[in-house]
Parts: sequence; structure tokens; C-alpha cells
Amino acid sequence: MTHELLRFATAGSVDDGKSTLVGRLLHDSKSVLADQLAAIERVSNERGMESADLALLTDGLRAEREQGITIDVAYRYFSTAKRSFILADTPGHVQYTRNMVTGASTTELALILIDVRHGVVEQTRRHAAIAALLGVRHIAVVVNKMDLVDYSQEKFNEVSASFTDVASSLGLVDTTVIPVSALVGDNVVDASDTMPWYTGPTLLDYLETVPVGTDPRDEPFRLPVQYVNRPRTAKYPDFRGFSGRIASGVVRVGDDIVVSPLGSKSTVTGIEVLGTPVDEAFSPQSVTLLLADEIDMDRGDVISSTESSPLMTNEITATVCVLNEQPITAGQRVLARFGPKTIRAIVESVTDRLDLESLTHLPFNGALEVNDLGTIKLRLAGDVAVDNYADLRTTGAFILVDEQDGSTLVGGMTRC
Amino acid sequence: MSDFADYTLDHLDVLESEAVHVFREVIGEFDRPVLLFSGGKDSVVMLHLAVKAFAPSPVPFPVLHVDTGHNFPEVITYRDETVDRLGVRLVVANVQDWIDDGRLRERPDGTRNPLQTVPLLETIVANKFDAVFGGGRRDEEKARAKERVFSLRDGFGQWDPRRQRPELWDVYNGRHRPGEHVRVFPLSNWTELDVWRYIEREEIELPWLYYSHEREVFSRDGMWLTAGDWGGPNDSEAVVNKVVRYRTVGDMSCTGAVESTATTVADVIVEVAASRLTERGATRADDRLSEAAMEDRKREGYF
Ligand SMILES: Nc1nc2c(ncn2[C@@H]2O[C@H](COP(=O)(O)OP(=O)(O)OP(=O)(O)O)[C@@H](O)[C@H]2O)c(=O)[nH]1
Repeated sequence: MTHELLRFATAGSVDDGKSTLVGRLLHDSKSVLADQLAAIERVSNERGMESADLALLTDGLRAEREQGITIDVAYRYFSTAKRSFILADTPGHVQYTRNMVTGASTTELALILIDVRHGVVEQTRRHAAIAALLGVRHIAVVVNKMDLVDYSQEKFNEVSASFTDVASSLGLVDTTVIPVSALVGDNVVDASDTMPWYTGPTLLDYLETVPVGTDPRDEPFRLPVQYVNRPRTAKYPDFRGFSGRIASGVVRVGDDIVVSPLGSKSTVTGIEVLGTPVDEAFSPQSVTLLLADEIDMDRGDVISSTESSPLMTNEITATVCVLNEQPITAGQRVLARFGPKTIRAIVESVTDRLDLESLTHLPFNGALEVNDLGTIKLRLAGDVAVDNYADLRTTGAFILVDEQDGSTLVGGMTRC
Repeated sequence: MSDFADYTLDHLDVLESEAVHVFREVIGEFDRPVLLFSGGKDSVVMLHLAVKAFAPSPVPFPVLHVDTGHNFPEVITYRDETVDRLGVRLVVANVQDWIDDGRLRERPDGTRNPLQTVPLLETIVANKFDAVFGGGRRDEEKARAKERVFSLRDGFGQWDPRRQRPELWDVYNGRHRPGEHVRVFPLSNWTELDVWRYIEREEIELPWLYYSHEREVFSRDGMWLTAGDWGGPNDSEAVVNKVVRYRTVGDMSCTGAVESTATTVADVIVEVAASRLTERGATRADDRLSEAAMEDRKREGYF
């Protein structure tokens, strides 16, 4: 059986117990090694605590250690007999929307923490909204600190019901709500007899069984070309392959393809997966394609199936999250990166901004500031091949870059 | 299980594809990449991935080794044989040269690991390398957990945790100003166990000191060190015969052997899976100096 890889992100307000939960997950799934445990026990003792503070397992850079808070995305790795996991640990502070956007962009599951005593708060709604916006497929809601409410089923049901309202208003279809105590360890890895009324999976059970990915056969084929492979060696004088990672779908030898933006057509005559010839390949494999015709192609072009090709356009409407201190305003000149494609662009207009309290888009034409989410219109120096982000994540995503200092300004999700 | 099991990749295939994607991004975005190659298992895996990423073309960049002069001779042999076999160009920065002409001074404790930084940075500048592949993994150490795949270094090779760019989806931003370079970590998302499983699956040959053998060693700071020109053992340190292997191969003065009977990759995997110590904690003396040791060295431009 395939040992799958699941990527997930965490989000929670300050003090909901996110670090403790993650530490507990690592500890109880036996992913913490003796020397790591010894180090945090030592620090915990120095700080006058009785037992090891598992939250220390996920602490990172020095400034954060000094402030005692998490301020960036930190990646954690653990595995069980069933699966390997990559966890993007993102902080819950208001000013760090961008970190959750960053963490969520590579994951297919978001784990949202709620302190059972506080219930669904403004932050919870934001986290759910960001997850929905980023196209995160599965939501696990962890209702924490159940020990502080005597493991009350009634309290849990209240929280669960109010989250379900939020989820349905955001169009999140796959949500699972789990009552836990991260501090004690109830329902994190091991099932707990403190909550006999709860019959669902523990958090780890859920993480081990939620489906990973989607069926690539349901998606159109897209290959953003990274590199034109021409060895020009004595052994391979005429080899000309197009290398990239399949963004979505399946490709087979004999398939008819079209290359965007030029529109040239050809047929796949060979597929190599890292040096090995195959008849068929699918996302997210890295491949090299051989084509029947000598067509012009560059890094950044997109090979797709002739049956369903991406949109070709130089005008883009997108939802963006501002990641940098530099605000985004109409008239601004930037570089846009769609996968391997870099192209000059100008921000034509800012049209709305997401109000994080009401979770509605309000008309707005000023400057979008760091951590703002809003809609912009972009005009590009030429045509690019794009998809609607909600349908195809990889070919619908882009970033904007400051041409002078190279900083990443926004993460964008195409709407078309 | 899903009904598309035939269209689901094993986690090693996902990691491999992701690393290859990173290699291909770099060759598309940079003029003069170089790969740090020490003969250590992570760098060996990186080079293997580079070969696969560009097949059937040869690897389109050179490799760079910062040689402290205290490396295990068998690793140097392995390094030279490997670059010969693959036909890649090897650039060596010898720490000894920097010591000989006075640009660097030997430390009182004889350890040369901290001396690698200057030769590395000066070689990067002299060769105008703009992208430098490193084998760092985020699971190795806390400070690395937040490292980007593309990590910008300023004109002094320094890493500023606050200037790192957010990385979204699989879009890596490698833009840099003249004099700056970008460290690239294709194995960011691999764990030590993933690396070993991949070595097994791909049948990658490693320097043999990764496997169990008999060796004369002596104990210092709780580690088994190998005697050598670098300055060990001293009079009070007794040399004994032990059955050991190395979990990392770095500078002889601060890389410790662990007692082990693992003679094959499969044995090593069993051992690593059951291990009670992270690899750095077990073997690198200089990482234990302080909890923030790695972070300090990264700021200075260490690997
Ligand atoms: N009683 C109880 N306390 C908990 C539980 N989980 C966490 N805590 C406590 O809640 C406080 C906050 O926990 P953290 O894990 O540091 O919170 P956080 O959400 O990660 O906070 P930041 O990392 O600062 O964002 C700590 O004092 C924890 O010990 C729980 O299940 N029950």
C-alpha cells in the first residue's frame, strides 16, 4: 500500500493552545526524540514548570523564544505507520494573516483551534475564511481545553453548531469537529474515556484517514514548462524534451496537446519520469515530454490537453493577500510570476477589500495594506495561460514581485 | 483508501518530484548555480536528484566542496570518484589555504568547522555563484524549521530571518541584487528517514563509513572521535577499538561515531527509525554549544 503524504496547516488565536496541541501530537505519536525531550524538560525546569511544556517543541527562532510567541510559519515533520505528515504551523495573531495564507497555500487540510470556553470568535471566522479562499479542501476543527469545562458535551455541541454555521456560509463542505484536551492528551492521539459521548475519530485517526489529494483523472492536463532539455551530446544529438511538474491531470503517449500562449499543437510521442520512459504520467509527477513536432517553446509556456485548455489573457481579476509592508495601489508596476512564467504587470485598479469582521467584500479603491485581502485588476505585458484558482490551484495562483528589491508583495488567486 | 489509489504517489515520489521541481526552477532563474557537495549523504542525494532532474543532459552546474583539511580521507576519495563518474566539475575551497596565507587563524581547540564560513563566502563571490544548493533539511534543527526553500543572503552572505520572503504554493522567488545570492534547499521537506529510504530505493552508493565497521576511536565530550593529524587524542585520552558507524561525515575533530552494527542500508533504516537521538544531537559537537548555535551560524552565512 502507498505510504501517502498529507500536508496540513494549523491556525488558532493566541492561547488557544496550538503549540501545546502540536507538541502533544508529536509527543504522543512518538515523533519526539530523547534529546529534544531532554532539552525542553531542561528549559521547562529552568522556568519553574513541573512537567515538560510540550509547546516548546514547536518554538523556533530566538526572537520568538524571547517573546514566547510564534511569529512565522514553521514546518514540522512526523510520520506514523500509515502516513507521513508535513505540518505548516502558522500563528493566529491578527496582523499575521499573511502567514496563514502562506501556510495554507501548500496544504489541503487546515486544523483550526477553538478554546471551548470562548467558542467561535472573530479569529476563528477569519481562519475559516482564509482556508476557504485558499482552496483548502478539508477543515478539522479542534475544540480544545475540554478539561476546563468538565468535558461537557453540551458546551462542545454549542461550539460545534456555531462553527457549522460559519462553515456553511463560507461554502466549506468537509468539516470535522473533534473535542480534545491538548494539555492532558484526550482525543489527540489516544481516545479518551473522559468523553464517552464522543464517538468520532481522535485527531490522529482523522489525519490518517482523510483522503489525500484528488483523482487526477477528473482534472484537465496542465504542464507549466520549466526547462527545455537539449543535451546536444554525442549520445543524444537531437533530443528535445520539455520538463516540468504536472500541475493537474493525466498525460498519455499519443495525447494531442496545445501549447499556450502561442497555440501551437502537437502530439505526445514520449514521456520520461526522471529518466525512465513511461506511457502515462499524472500530477504531481515531474516529467519530460517529447513531442511529434518541432514547435517553439520557452520556460513559462503551458502544455495542456486540446480538449480543455487554460484561458489566454492579459487582463486578470484576482483575490490577493498583501504580504509585504509595501501597499498595493492602482498604477503600480510590478513583476507577476505565474509558476515558471515571469511577466511585467501593472495594477489597473483595486476594486474591493475583504472586511474581516463581516467577511464581506466592501467596495474599495485605496491602497491595500499588509495583511489585507482584496480584489485587484491586473494588466499584463502579454498573454498568459491561467485557470480559475478555485478550479485549478497551481495554474490559478501567482505572486507579484517588486522589481527593485525583489520582495514578494502579494499572493494572488485568479478569478476567471 | 481512495478509489484513485493507482493515481496516488508514495510520499518519497512526492518529495522527489518536489526536489526536482526546485532544481529545474533554479536552472531557469539563475545564471551560475553551484551545489555544495561534501560526500555526506544529504549532498549525495541532492546530486542524485540533480542527475535525474536534467537527464539525459549532464548536470548543468559545478559542485563545490569546502574542505577543512580534516575530512575523512575515504570521503575525499568517494567525492573525487563520484564527480569523475558523473562528469561534473568540482570546485574545492581549501580552508588550509586561508590559514596558510593568514586570512584565517586556527582556533585554540583545533576545530575547523566554524572556519568554513569565510572560504565558502569568498569562493561564492570569486566565482559569481548566484544560487547555492545546500542539503539542509527543516527537520534537522529548530532554527531550520522556518528556513525557506529559496533563502536570500545579502552581500555578506548573511541570513536575516526577518527579510525572508513568504513562499506560497510552488512559486519560488529567486530575485536578488548583484552581490546577493540565494541558498536553495531542495531537501527542505525531507526527514532523515526519508533520505535513508530514498538511498535504499535508488540504490545510491555512500562513503562506507556510514556503515558499521571496526575503528580506533577515543572519547571526547561524550563522542567517539577518530585519531588523526587534526590533533587528537591528547595524552589523557585512551584509544580503543569499537564497532561504529558515522551518521554524518564532517570535520573529523567534531564528528562523532556512534556504536552500531548496521552494515546495510536496511539495517541503518531500522536503527534510525528506532533512534532516540536526532542526528545532530548525536554527532556534531559544535551544535551543542548553545541552543541557538545553529541560528547564529546561519546569520553568519554558514550552510
Ligand atoms: N487546561 C488546559 N490548558 C491548555 C490546554 N491546551 C493548552 N493549554 C494552556 O493554554 C496556554 C496557551 O497554550 P499555547 O499552546 O502556548 O498557546 P498557543 O495558542 O500556541 O499560543 P501562541 O503560540 O502564543 O500562539 C498554555 O498555558 C497551555 O498550557 C488544554 O487542553 N487544557
